[in-house]
Amino acid sequence: MSELPGLYNYWVTVFLMMAGFYVVISQGNLVKKLVGLAIFQTSVFILYISLGKVAGGNAPIFDATITVYSNPLPHVLILTAIVVGVATTSVGLALVVRIHEAYGSVEEDEIQAKDQHDEESQWEAGSERQADDR
Amino acid sequence: MDLLDHLPVLVVIMPLMSAPLCVLFDRARPAWLVSMSASWLSFAAAVYLLIQVSRDGTISYRLGGWAPPWGIEYRIDLLGAYVLLIVTAIAALVMVFARRSLEKEIPADRIARVYAALLLVFAGLTGITATGDAFNVFVFLEISSLASYAVISMGRDRRALSAAFQYLVMGTIGATFILIGIGLLYMMTGTLNMLDLAARLPEVADTRTVRAGFAFLTVGIGLKLALFPLHLWLPNAYAYAPSAVTAFLSATATKVAVYALLRFMFGVFGAEFSLNKMPFDLILMVLGLAGILSASLVAVFQEDVKRMLAYSSVAQIGYMVLGISLASNTGVSAAILHVFNHALMKGALFLAVGALAYRIGAVTVSSIAGLGRRMPWTVAALVVGGLSLIGVPPTAGFVSKWYLVLGTLEQDLWPVALLVLIGSLLALAYVWKLVEAAYFAEPAADAAAVREAPLSMLIPVWALVIANLYFGVNTQVSVGVARQATDLLMGGGG
Amino acid sequence: MSGAPLLTWILLVPLLAAIGVVFTRNRPNVRETVTVVAGIVLFLLVATLAATISWDQPPTLVLAEPVHGLALALTPEPLGMLFALVAGFLWPVTSVYAIGYMRAHHEQNQTRFYTAFAVSICAAMGIALAGNMLTLFVFYEILSVATYPLVTHAGNEQAKRAGRLYLGLLMGTSIGFMLLAMIWTWQLTGTLDFTPGGVFGNNVSSGVLSALLVLYVFGAGKAALMPFHRWLPAAMVAPTPVSALLHAVAVVKAGVFTILKVSVYLFGIDRIAELPVSSWLAALAGLTILLASFVAMTKDNLKARLAYSTISQLGYIVLGAMLGVTAGVIGGGMHIAMHAFGKITLFFCAGAILVAAHKTKVSELDGLGRRMPLTMLAFLIGALSIVGLPPFGGTWSKWLLVQGTLDAGFWVLTGVLMLSSLLNVMYLVSIPVRGFFRAPASQGDGIREAPTASLIAIAVTTTGCVLLFFWAEPLYRLAGGIVR
Repeated sequence: MSELPGLYNYWVTVFLMMAGFYVVISQGNLVKKLVGLAIFQTSVFILYISLGKVAGGNAPIFDATITVYSNPLPHVLILTAIVVGVATTSVGLALVVRIHEAYGSVEEDEIQAKDQHDEESQWEAGSERQADDR
Repeated sequence: MDLLDHLPVLVVIMPLMSAPLCVLFDRARPAWLVSMSASWLSFAAAVYLLIQVSRDGTISYRLGGWAPPWGIEYRIDLLGAYVLLIVTAIAALVMVFARRSLEKEIPADRIARVYAALLLVFAGLTGITATGDAFNVFVFLEISSLASYAVISMGRDRRALSAAFQYLVMGTIGATFILIGIGLLYMMTGTLNMLDLAARLPEVADTRTVRAGFAFLTVGIGLKLALFPLHLWLPNAYAYAPSAVTAFLSATATKVAVYALLRFMFGVFGAEFSLNKMPFDLILMVLGLAGILSASLVAVFQEDVKRMLAYSSVAQIGYMVLGISLASNTGVSAAILHVFNHALMKGALFLAVGALAYRIGAVTVSSIAGLGRRMPWTVAALVVGGLSLIGVPPTAGFVSKWYLVLGTLEQDLWPVALLVLIGSLLALAYVWKLVEAAYFAEPAADAAAVREAPLSMLIPVWALVIANLYFGVNTQVSVGVARQATDLLMGGGG
Repeated sequence: MSGAPLLTWILLVPLLAAIGVVFTRNRPNVRETVTVVAGIVLFLLVATLAATISWDQPPTLVLAEPVHGLALALTPEPLGMLFALVAGFLWPVTSVYAIGYMRAHHEQNQTRFYTAFAVSICAAMGIALAGNMLTLFVFYEILSVATYPLVTHAGNEQAKRAGRLYLGLLMGTSIGFMLLAMIWTWQLTGTLDFTPGGVFGNNVSSGVLSALLVLYVFGAGKAALMPFHRWLPAAMVAPTPVSALLHAVAVVKAGVFTILKVSVYLFGIDRIAELPVSSWLAALAGLTILLASFVAMTKDNLKARLAYSTISQLGYIVLGAMLGVTAGVIGGGMHIAMHAFGKITLFFCAGAILVAAHKTKVSELDGLGRRMPLTMLAFLIGALSIVGLPPFGGTWSKWLLVQGTLDAGFWVLTGVLMLSSLLNVMYLVSIPVRGFFRAPASQGDGIREAPTASLIAIAVTTTGCVLLFFWAEPLYRLAGGIVR
């Protein structure tokens, strides 16, 4: 159990991840879903960033007096991942805006009800057509 | 270095750089010209690469001149070149088709942006295929995914929006899983280069971290792959996206995900780890079979033709995964072969449906009634594509079924072989629903005005149809390359 | 011209005919001339091949190689030659008949009809001349698909339902069983070539072989072995020429031909005889023969009765293949030809009665022999040939099959064959008897003989029934070559 405090960065990651995932699943509001998704992604950023830390290491700036550097690569990687995350969120939000225009709602259940309605009318149109054929 | 040496990266860069150009023009015609030239040039490059790879072996390209494993390496082996060829060929044909199709389905002021997004999807897919760097896979995956969320949402039906949103949520979770997986691997090995990873992983393979990384990666790729039961996003996304987009995505996106799965399973982790230490073959086999049967069954009851074909895609992915799960040379090469053949048949089918949509709007089983006479070429293409899907000789689909069943019988798994064939019969059921409607149902009152689709749509459709027949008879290239690629893959290393 | 080019043309001529039919669709006379001429040319080609071929070194035509080491190839052998000759001869005859029938009956979509017909013949030729199981399977599937539009020709709900059943059963059995058996065979032996004496070595256990044999026999759904026979009566909604050529000759014979070919050239007759499962399958064939005969007796619809009669007769050939003795195989092979001539005559007559008298039921045929004497006479001859009475062709094949059951020691099956002949008399021969001896229901309804084109075709096949009795020698020699 003594490892627990030492591995606290993982605990933070896991907590954020699960929290984000829960929000995505449980919330019916699309904007809130996106918030959850962002938290979910962020947890992984923290995982990466904490990976790069080398105990006693310094910032990776070349200097003769420093012998131990932290690993800069994960940070660079995660910079890319953050950009991806921001892009995802913005695409998601743009979609939400258009969903709101089309459906007049951003609640998942209402949208599903309307989709269901669309579906049924399509079926009816189909079967009416078949009935006409006969 | 002359230009040809840069081909591995040019295949990716050409579409990537053309995308902003489309937005700058912001008009349909020039955007189409740009997309056409980018995709056809990429296609030419892919052909050249395949020839080069099969002649000289794997190509390694150092991005920016940095030596691997520090710099990013682009690595094109036979399998990669093969998949690149599929993706670029489909892209090139879809672009020909897209001009008329998008004009009809998308408001004029947005067409250029659809091209831009399509090119980004294309660039992402070629990037995944060409790169030899694990993190790069994630980046390109996200480029293609984000762009595909955008294009899917452009569909005419408002349900396209909710489908795209659903895909965005599931896709992002999948991508994040992949990111975690890569992170865990990096943690244990300190490298991101796939070849380097493959060399270093065996030392640390027995740790929980690596196993967790493996699990995250495969679940993440499984989501992108629409592996049953992670396929829920796919039917709606394919059904409501613009026709040209559906054709492109169905023929390429899931194929590239299969490629990524193969890459990680065999190239990075190695067959020994993936299949012996993890009970992965069994899981994949069960999921593959469940996907084949359940999705085919659902497809039988669909009214919307695009949705029916989308469910069929889920089933076809089941076949590929089943092939991989056999973990034998025959099985894996059957999977790779089916990647190729399925791209041909689904490409042909979705393009044909797109051509129907061009004339009649929503394509449902009842709305295509009696069109066999009005649009003979389009419907004939639908029939040939459908026969290929069922696996009737002499179509390409037959050859993949042959190798897949052979693979199962090699391991005495004849119940599995039987289930595969039952899947074929279910395909017969849903394909024949279409044939019967198109040829033998009474046409609707307004069908008299329907004419054959324009030539610019028929040519790509029939190019794929003929390819279906050609590769059903002459399999030297398709089977030959699949076999060699399998040998490379199973022989360890990428 | 000989050898491989001849094989190429045998496949090409029907295909060219199909294309020609499409291009001449606006001129019916030209269109029908194309079909008939192509039919005659095809028969001449097949006959030339049969006359010039040397069985020691048969020509081979490789079309393609879809699976590594496994080619799509045509290599004629005696049994296939026999089938090709029969189908090649009857195609032009049926075409002549069809001209009379289709026009008198004012059928729609005649171009589609003739096109699909020509493609079906091409597929039948491919099946007949296939050099290995894969080739046979490929053409078998093409035949299923090409005949589908013929079955659903009428386009109404009944035809569509029949088409669904037709394709479902034929493709279901062939993909579900035959393909599986074929890939299994390939996996076990590494070859699918038709080899005299069989391809299985001694290392394959008889359990596996039994399973394979069952898969093959049921996989050939076109053979209409019970319980996979339902498609054949359903397919009778098709126009009569289709029922005549395809559902009495090409399609159903392709099924039993496949079974014969598999037993002789993949398993080997001796191997079949060793397998316990083959006697079960022979018993099932015997059961099919009897049951189908009984069902036929209950059918009042003429075409339905003929369809069940066909199922029963197909059982003969399956039986012959499963006996595992030479006489059975030769008898089965000859029965392909004999039954083809007899049954096609019956169908031609049924179609002639339909177009001339608009009657489809057996009970309506009283006294029709006085109005349509030629048709009824032909019907009688065809029926007698199928019963197996001299001097008609059916005698010989039945003789050999009975001999086969005796050789194999299946006394019960001998009894079955005898009983079945009696049943044949009851449900087939009774029809013309009715036509000639019963008084017509009404007088002066203006019924006259069938169209001339149809009568010519009927005359040809009827003459065939008689000639095959006196000229059975070449056929016997050809069929005898199977087991040489």
